[in-house]
Amino acid sequence: MSDKNNAKSMSIIVTKGSLDWAYPPFILGTTAAAMGLEVSMFFTFYGLALLKKDLKLQMTPLGNAAMEMPMMGGHMVMPNAMAMLPGVDAAATVMMKNLIKKKGVASIEELREAAVDSEIKMIACQMTLDLFEYKREDLIEGHEIGGAATYIDIATKSDINLFI
Amino acid sequence: MADAVLDAKGLNCPLPILKAKKALKDVPAGGTLEIVATDPGSVADFEAFCRTTGNELLDSKSDGGVYTFLIKHTS
Repeated sequence: MSDKNNAKSMSIIVTKGSLDWAYPPFILGTTAAAMGLEVSMFFTFYGLALLKKDLKLQMTPLGNAAMEMPMMGGHMVMPNAMAMLPGVDAAATVMMKNLIKKKGVASIEELREAAVDSEIKMIACQMTLDLFEYKREDLIEGHEIGGAATYIDIATKSDINLFI
Repeated sequence: MADAVLDAKGLNCPLPILKAKKALKDVPAGGTLEIVATDPGSVADFEAFCRTTGNELLDSKSDGGVYTFLIKHTS
């Protein structure tokens, strides 16, 4: 899978599954793979949702003080009292997806496909599967199953270890 | 004249790098790939990409918001 015999390696613990937080692990994972690193991604807790075949990613401005959406030449920050209203999450998600498209940013689906194509090892946390009652058949093909020890074993051999 | 040309205009990080990596696979060793991009971040990123992968960045130029890179496929 790697360009070099003495390839460097990277591991990422993926703990968040919202539309915005899905970006850092997939961007860094796919880029590292493109740069010849062997990459492993360990999906745990809410991050496990990013392995579902059917991605229904959402985001919320609630409690997200630094979320400034560009609007009419300025930036809009939504007060929490507004962000909690029904429909705001859906609207923010649509807005973000439009921005993503407009700015030529990859979709998460696209990045995940690139991750699969570049043979990134994607490990689903067994405990999270049990905890949230996910089934392995709900997850994309090619994922592996593991737990904390599986991750630690990979991390001890990796040059870069990230927790996102 | 490069052996292959990749149009990465309008694409944002990390797509120019991901697509360049894919395009390099079809360029024989010693051959060159030209990438045209509009992402200002790609200037530093293609330098870093080449430094890490061992491919050679033969040329990097900027003209009115369009960035052109020439990479020699060496590894």
